[in-house]
Amino acid sequence: MSDVEWWASQDFWRKCAIFVTAGMFLVLILLTFHSLAAITAGQDRVPAYSVINHRIDYVFDEERNMRVPVIGEEAPLFGEVLTEEEAKALVDLGKLTVQAKNCMNCHTLLGNGAYYAPDLTKAWLDPGWGNEQARELLMTMFLKDPKTNARTYGTNRRMPDLGVTDEEVRGVIAFLKWMSAVDTNGFPQGFEPLPQGGS
Amino acid sequence: MAEAAIASPVRPALDAVGAGDKTSSLSAGQRLALKYFLVAMVLFVAQMLFGLLAGLQFLYPEFLYGVLDFNVNRMVHINAMIVWMLYGFIGSIYWLVEDEAGVELVGAKLANINFWVLTSAVAVVVVVYLVVQVGPGNKMSIWFINEGREYIEAPRWADIGIVVCMGVFFYTVAGTFMKGRWSGISGTLVLDLIALAGLYLAGMFYTTNLSVDQYWWWWVVHLWVEATWEVLVGCIMAWGLMKTLGARREIVTTWLYIEVAMMFGAGILGLGHHYFWIGTPEYWLGIGGFFSALEPIPLVAMVVHAVYDAGRHSFQSRNHPALAWLIAHAFGNFLGAGVWGFIHTLPQINLYTHGTQWTTSHGHLAFFGAYATIVIAFIYIALQRWRGDVWMSGDLADRGWKWKWSLALLNVGMLGMTIALLIAGYEQSFIERAIGGSTWAAYFEGQTQPWFVQGMQWRMIFGVVMTVGLVLLLWDFLTIGRGETRPAKEVHAPGPHVG
Repeated sequence: MSDVEWWASQDFWRKCAIFVTAGMFLVLILLTFHSLAAITAGQDRVPAYSVINHRIDYVFDEERNMRVPVIGEEAPLFGEVLTEEEAKALVDLGKLTVQAKNCMNCHTLLGNGAYYAPDLTKAWLDPGWGNEQARELLMTMFLKDPKTNARTYGTNRRMPDLGVTDEEVRGVIAFLKWMSAVDTNGFPQGFEPLPQGGS
Repeated sequence: MAEAAIASPVRPALDAVGAGDKTSSLSAGQRLALKYFLVAMVLFVAQMLFGLLAGLQFLYPEFLYGVLDFNVNRMVHINAMIVWMLYGFIGSIYWLVEDEAGVELVGAKLANINFWVLTSAVAVVVVVYLVVQVGPGNKMSIWFINEGREYIEAPRWADIGIVVCMGVFFYTVAGTFMKGRWSGISGTLVLDLIALAGLYLAGMFYTTNLSVDQYWWWWVVHLWVEATWEVLVGCIMAWGLMKTLGARREIVTTWLYIEVAMMFGAGILGLGHHYFWIGTPEYWLGIGGFFSALEPIPLVAMVVHAVYDAGRHSFQSRNHPALAWLIAHAFGNFLGAGVWGFIHTLPQINLYTHGTQWTTSHGHLAFFGAYATIVIAFIYIALQRWRGDVWMSGDLADRGWKWKWSLALLNVGMLGMTIALLIAGYEQSFIERAIGGSTWAAYFEGQTQPWFVQGMQWRMIFGVVMTVGLVLLLWDFLTIGRGETRPAKEVHAPGPHVG
């Protein structure tokens, strides 16, 4: 093997493989510490669960050249102000329901999942709900009886009846409201929210 | 030896498949490999079937509505895929481990029991998916029905079972190498298996915070599919090239190290291209965009490597179908994972394409091109030996029409599907994102556009083409080499430790 040039030798490339892998993994670990701190609920990029007590605005930020979520005045979900613990419990019930009902194999959450049904990232802010006052009721009715209350926009794709309880419905809506306040770097593109704060 | 443990229900099945085959001439690891391949092919059929159902629901949404809804079909479709590929990898490793280590399989009996435990668990999980489908919103559902996280839906009890079974698998493989001898290939393989098993743990917890959930979820999904799986198939590809072409060990091993350096060098931080939009900081836009853009480089190198080796040996292969599928692997990996991944990996583009049919298009060609192909190649290598180390070069009985047509139909079907889905994806990002502003109304506007609908129709047609190809492939598996009397062609097969 001594007639092989150093750059073509097994030994050189074995060392490269080891050092490159170790180095990259180390960088990933360091970035992971930083990122996890940044996405802990209640930090700047991911809201605290009690955000569901407030109006969520989605406004254009000149500096970042994208829309960002802004936590507005008090606007409690279902008219009831919750403590941080209560809010967390409700969002948690929603998240568990979203997992147990396998929502992600039709919908996308933060753009990840399946593509048979709309993305849920900004579902809380979707203009399709008409106005702020009707939103909670319409969402509840839809989740409780998606067969009858489906709006398929001409596709005939209807959500199946997943047998969600009243409490689970409240949880799912709380989860969707919380998710809409996550700073997603402007995803999904060009989204304009339901008019907020107007009558 | 595993003779006692193999006297189980699968033995008659194997015997029926391989009537007249030389099962007794195989080693314990090789017989175990055949069982894994058998289950892999059953799951491949399931994947295809549930893919067809899900594809039909895009065209006829009332089809099976309320009985087998899209989310169930799609979950079985992608889970069957993940599991059959893992079975294919495990089978391939069991096939090569004794040859590479130079000793008999360590813990063969345990390995057999392990196969049955794992296979039973997979069967139970699938039955629960199909019968129970969804549960109430509590931890019990996540532990016993499904976890509701794409690709790793397996309930928590099964997660734990999978980890235990992978531990046993790892013990038998690493133990065999330790008892026998190590090589560059086996060393890389064993280290990669540790990483692969360790990463699975990152997906085994529940958290309320969706951003944290997806952060770790991608550690499993990305670092498996775009890093550790790629290195794993690099290892078995290296062994496969030596066996089918007689490629020299020092050349394939050096290439393997180069691939590992480039694959992990780009793929580990390439993980960042999944962190653009999930709430993670903005620096991932730069890091993820840059490193994931480098990910195709090792895949280009693999194509160069495969073509170079094939040309260098004047295509003097001892197993034409296997070599053809190894070449399909090199190109499929490059196109599906490399090119199709690259076209939407930069954040400026991904903002429009993330979560559209672009992803579907990329996912289909990448999984098939990178992984289905190499498992099929390995099954051909195994069948040749099982049928008595018979001739499988040119001039086969019936001119080998079955393997050639199945190769063509499967690959043309997949390419056709990929292109149809890409056109649908272009349309979707244009209508839904660029013009419509990503609302629900815009989503449905995109889904009803003629180009989208036609894309779904063509996807279905090419899906049927693939299905025909699969039927032919399985028929060929049952028959190739039967009644062949010529021994396998001699290639310059080097000893395990040349140079």
